[in-house]
Parts: sequence; C-alpha cells; structure tokens
Amino acid sequence: MRKILAKIAFLSIAAILVLSACGGGGGSQLAPLGDEFTFGMILVGPHNDHGWTQAHYDAGLYVEQQIPGAKMIYLENVYSGSPAYPGTTTSQLAEQLVAQGAKLIIFNSDDMKDEATKFAQDHPDIYVIMASGDQVWADGNAYIAMENMTNIMGRMEYGKMIAGCTAALTSQTGKIGYLGPLINDETRRLASSAYLGAKYCWAQAGNDPAALEFKVTWIGFWFNIPGVTSDPTQVADDFFNSGYDVVISGIDTTEAITEAKKYSDAGTPVWAIPYDYQGACDTAPGVCLGVPYFNWGPAYAATIKTAQTGDWTSEFQWNGPDWANINNPDTSAVGFVKGAALGADASTQLDQFIADLAGGLNLWVGPINLQDGVVYLADGVIATDQQIWYLPQLLEGMEGQSVSE
Amino acid sequence: MKKNIWVNLGFQAGALLVAMLVTTGILAAAGAPPFQAYWSMLKGAFGSWDSIVTILISWSPLLLTTAGVLITFSAGLWNIGVEGQMGVGAIFTTGMMLLLQDTSLPPALIIILGILAGIIGGALWAALAGALKVFGGVNEIFGGLGLNFVATALTIYLVFGPWARPGVASMSGTKPFERELWLPTLPGTSLSLWALGLSILAIAAVYLLLRGTHFGLRLKAVGKNPKAAFLLGVPTWQYSMFAFLLCGALAGLAGAIQVVGLRHNLLPNISNGYGFLGLLVAMLVNYQALWAAPVAFFFVALNTGSVQLQINYKMDSSFAGVLQSLLVLLVLLGEGARQRFLGTARKAEPSESEIRNKQVK
Repeated sequence: MRKILAKIAFLSIAAILVLSACGGGGGSQLAPLGDEFTFGMILVGPHNDHGWTQAHYDAGLYVEQQIPGAKMIYLENVYSGSPAYPGTTTSQLAEQLVAQGAKLIIFNSDDMKDEATKFAQDHPDIYVIMASGDQVWADGNAYIAMENMTNIMGRMEYGKMIAGCTAALTSQTGKIGYLGPLINDETRRLASSAYLGAKYCWAQAGNDPAALEFKVTWIGFWFNIPGVTSDPTQVADDFFNSGYDVVISGIDTTEAITEAKKYSDAGTPVWAIPYDYQGACDTAPGVCLGVPYFNWGPAYAATIKTAQTGDWTSEFQWNGPDWANINNPDTSAVGFVKGAALGADASTQLDQFIADLAGGLNLWVGPINLQDGVVYLADGVIATDQQIWYLPQLLEGMEGQSVSE
Repeated sequence: MKKNIWVNLGFQAGALLVAMLVTTGILAAAGAPPFQAYWSMLKGAFGSWDSIVTILISWSPLLLTTAGVLITFSAGLWNIGVEGQMGVGAIFTTGMMLLLQDTSLPPALIIILGILAGIIGGALWAALAGALKVFGGVNEIFGGLGLNFVATALTIYLVFGPWARPGVASMSGTKPFERELWLPTLPGTSLSLWALGLSILAIAAVYLLLRGTHFGLRLKAVGKNPKAAFLLGVPTWQYSMFAFLLCGALAGLAGAIQVVGLRHNLLPNISNGYGFLGLLVAMLVNYQALWAAPVAFFFVALNTGSVQLQINYKMDSSFAGVLQSLLVLLVLLGEGARQRFLGTARKAEPSESEIRNKQVK
C-alpha cells in the first residue's frame, strides 16, 4: 500500500512539474477579433432577473444582432462565494469562457472589480469590458493602466433623478423609501441622485420641503442572499408598514414592486419604482410608476466593433441619455419608461422635468451638504464627474447609513 | 476474502451505474444530449491548461477537509462543523495578515504567520465542538452545525463591520491584500504549488497516521468500540479531543489557503461547501484515506467540468452537486443492500457515538 501511495505521490508531483512547464507564456498583444468571434459575459445574477443582469443579457443579444459574426456565451450567478461555483473564482470562470473560444469578456458587476482586474492583467491578449467599474479612468481614484480593459457605465444619475421626481409627484405621505443594495460610491451616488430629483419635484409641486422624508435601507448586496444579506422583501414591507408609500428600488431584483403589489391588493395605496431593466414594470404594472433602466447595447456594440477592427483603446465611458429621446434603443445609454400607475398630472409634470433636464437643468449644483452637514458643493458650484462618482456620503436630508458601521 | 472484494466492487459498480443512469436521465430531461454533455464536461475539466489548473486549485482545500474528517470519522465522530472550522481558519488568517501587513516583516513571514494563525483558528473552533461533545454531552452534529452558523455570522459581521473596505459595505468581502502577500503561484495562473504540496502532504500524513501508527490504531479503537478501548486503557476522551483538534487544524489550513492562495481577502461563504463536500468524499471512499485523493480529484473535476453545461446547454451548474450527492447516496444504498443480502458490514464504519458518550461521562 505504501508503495502505491509513494507512486501516486511521485506521479502527481511529476504531473505538476510537466504541467507547470507547459503553462505560463502569454504576453501576446491584442489581435483584432475579425468577422466571426465569440464574446463571453460573466453575469452576477440570473440572465432573466428582470433587473440589472437581464439588461446586460439583452444587450448581449443586441450585440449579436448588430454584429452578425458575434456569438455570445455566458455564465450567470457569478459572485464572490456563489454556491453555483464552489471554490471557483470569477477570473477562473472567465477563463472557462476563454477556453470556449471567447476573445472578449464582459464582467457585469461591481462585485467583480478585483477579479476583472486580475483577469485582465493575467490575460493581456483578451479584451475586457468591465461594466460599472472605474479601473481605467485616468482621472479616477483607482486608476490602473490596462490596455485591454474598457469601463462602461451609464449616467444613471439622470434616471434616478427622474425616479425620485416621479416618487415625489406621487407620494401622498411625503415618505419615500429607497431599497438600497450594498454601500459604495455607486450606490451612494444613485440614492443621492434619486433624493435630489425627489427634493426638486417635491418643492416644484408646491410642497413644504421640510415635509419630505427620504430614507435609504441597505440590504448588503445587489440581491438577496439568504442568510447573508438583509431580506429585501422584509425591507420593502417595513417601508410600507411605516407609512412610506413609494419605494424606489436600487437593487438588481424586483422585490420592491412585488411587495408593493401585495400591499396595494390589500387596499394600501402604495407604489414602487423598480430599476435597471426596461421591462421591470411588467411584474406588477398596477403599482409601477415607471422604471429607470440601462441600455447597455449601443455602447457594447460600438466598443466591441473597435475590438473587431483593431481600433480598440482602453477607455472609461460614462454614457448619458440621448436627450432627443431618452428611450431611443440605439442611442440612449439610460432611459425611463413610465409605468401604468403614474397619474396623468404627475405624468405631465414629469415630462416637464425631463425636458428641463434635457435643457440643461443640473441638480448636482451647490449648495449641497453631505449627510453630516459638511459643505460638499458651495452655492453655485457645479459638481465635477469625480465629485459625483466618488460621493463620500449620502446628502443632508437623507436618512440612512452613509458608510459601513 | 478475495471473493468479498469482488462482491464489494460489484455493488459499488452497480451503484455507480445507477448513478450514471439517473444523471443521464436528468441531462436528457433538461434538454441536453447526454453523451455530448458528458463529453463537454470532460473537455471542460481537462481540455485546457486553465481548467486543469482550476481543478488543482480546488483540489487542495477539498483534500484538506477530507483528510480532516477522515480523522474524526476514524474516532467515530461526525464532524459536521468542518465547514465552520474552515471559515474560522480563514478569519484567523485574515486577522493576522491585517495585523501584520503594514509592519516591516518580510511578506513570506507574514504569509507563514497568517497560515499558522488559520491552522490555530480552525483547531480552536473544532476544540469548541469537541469540548461541547466531551464535556457538555452535546452531540457533535448539533454542536458543529451550530458553530457553522456562528462562524458564518462572525464572517459577515467582520466583512460588513470592522474589516469592511473604507466607505463600502458589501458582501464582496474585505479589501484584497497586496500581491506581495499572495502565496506565490505558477506564472500566469492562480495555482500555488505550496497549497497543493501542503494538501498532498496532509492527506499522505493522515493515510500513514491511520494506517501505520499506534495512534491511528487507538483512534480507530475509540471509534469502533469506545467502551472496549477505554477498558483496554485508551484514554478515550483525550483521543476524541485530539481528533477534533487535528481535523480543525487541517480545515483551518484549508481556510488559510483560500485567503492567502486564492481569494486574497475574507468573504462570506469562503468555505464554499468544501467541508460538506469533504464529508461526502469520506463517505464515498468508506473512510479509506488511500482513495480519498482520487475521489476528491474526481469531485472537483466534476465541479469544473459542469460549468460547461451552463455555457453549452444553459443548464444550472449546480448539476455537479446533484451528481455528487447522488453518487454518495447510491453507494451508501448499495452498501445497505449488500449488508442486507450478504449480512456483513464493511470495515472502518464509524460506530454509534452514544455508547462512548456514556462511557466518557
């Protein structure tokens, strides 16, 4: 028996040595993708989540449609410690897609930031698109030069302002809840944008500014992970039970609108504003005021085309809405679809607000104070992209945690 | 004796065959052409250098947890808490590295101290389950399960609280350590030969320990018949505790390796089911250390290969888990059937722990 064991040990060590001799290499440059190629998507949630991930998945289909030779393969439910892939890291899963022929990988979540960086550095010959990240933003706080990576994000601040405005125009109690995911730069920025929109439209409608309550409750991740995050269903219920009659969702999935329907069916007048995905209202149209959504398709297609032709450059894209028509599927990176539950008056006022934004109305202008009262933007000062992207706290007037406690 | 081996093999092959039939049925029902699906799994597991590396990376923690539970199984203990012991190992490693990362100590020393801390953490957590068992009369299954939950809660608290990244509260985990604090890996891969070597060493040591030492013999005596062992002068509770400590140390090492070798940070669910998978492997190999290594390898290859099912056939990648559990279930069933028809038990079965429980008190 011991001899057998010794043999096994010897053979495995020999195998490792042989394998290590075969490995390594790399360092080759980026080659144009050409006419026919496979691209891979690493998706944080399920491809049909009616939220963040589905918006990306649909964008992948859009790419296939726009670029005839492009073929998408994907892996879903990829996040740190996901039970779907025991012991496998996100970068290893991306390598699995590469093994299937993918020459370009899209990482679709902030959760994958470190792993996307690692993957891009380990595979300089593979194109990488990291959605919502800032690694290759030369003027950002986390810049790492990586020739093969591009960051893409939509200027969802506008979508969230419109969502906040919608909520304020509808709320009867003046209490708006924000179902927040985890806490980071992105989520502080978006929750605060929703607040700015709400505050503006609340005042425009002639209400007492002091009577507006805006509370953020974070669950700890982009979607529910039983036993790890707070339960978003519970958080939405808590909002509705304590007089918040509009809940704006900031998470990847549809709990806010599902719970709103439950309460509405039971006779409580409440509404919800889902997030991310154009078709999110379909879950419960009767309580849906509208949905701010991402339209990743045009940016993905345009960026992938540059990789196809050899014109790729590493860049940080922060794409705004097409103000001529924020719902143009081929040009607008973010949009807002009104929901069936939006009242006629509110709808008219909302159109005016969107028109004002298109005309140059900027809500990220001082005076804006941080939650702790410290001046962030002095009177009349316009926020820079960095000040918006890296918002260090929620804003004064918002209730809820700014940072981890 | 010879005949017995063949009968055993026959029953196990039968179980394997039934497992294959059932999984083939599942594949077909899910709309994947079974043989192509198996082929794509095979290619997915062994078709590229990257995937082989992935298998080898996942093999080490599984080898370690399997090695650990083989010890406790030998002592007649169901150490369900191995999952939590791995988690606490990861916590201790992270804690030690956070403590030392800004000091002037050489990175190699920080890594070594981090790993040692993980080993101690895992052993301590196991000692807790052991103490509950030996001194508190709490069945180790319940104690272990409870401590698993506590370990998870502790990780979540640390990741969202004291160890959170500045300005962030996310279950994505703590801030990754600098590259100099990563276990060295083969160029262009995440495979650490240190991790792999330590794991192979561990399983070999456990094999030798159980196979050829006085300690192993006594441990098995405690496992099989604690009363008799006690009467023959084996200090039973000390042996039980020692089994827990050793298992915990190995699980802690697995957790440490996840932190310094692969994830480079602490995140919830860092044990990733390796503890439970280790239990499955140990059951499948009938607690024989010799077979643990290849079966563990097969299990992680299944995990890696099954990712292809999702890429190619849009099947859930948890299919590997279904196949693994089915295998274990059917092999155990096959064993039950064999005992029923032939009336003999295999060796090395863990015995009823209740008897020893009374003995200890």
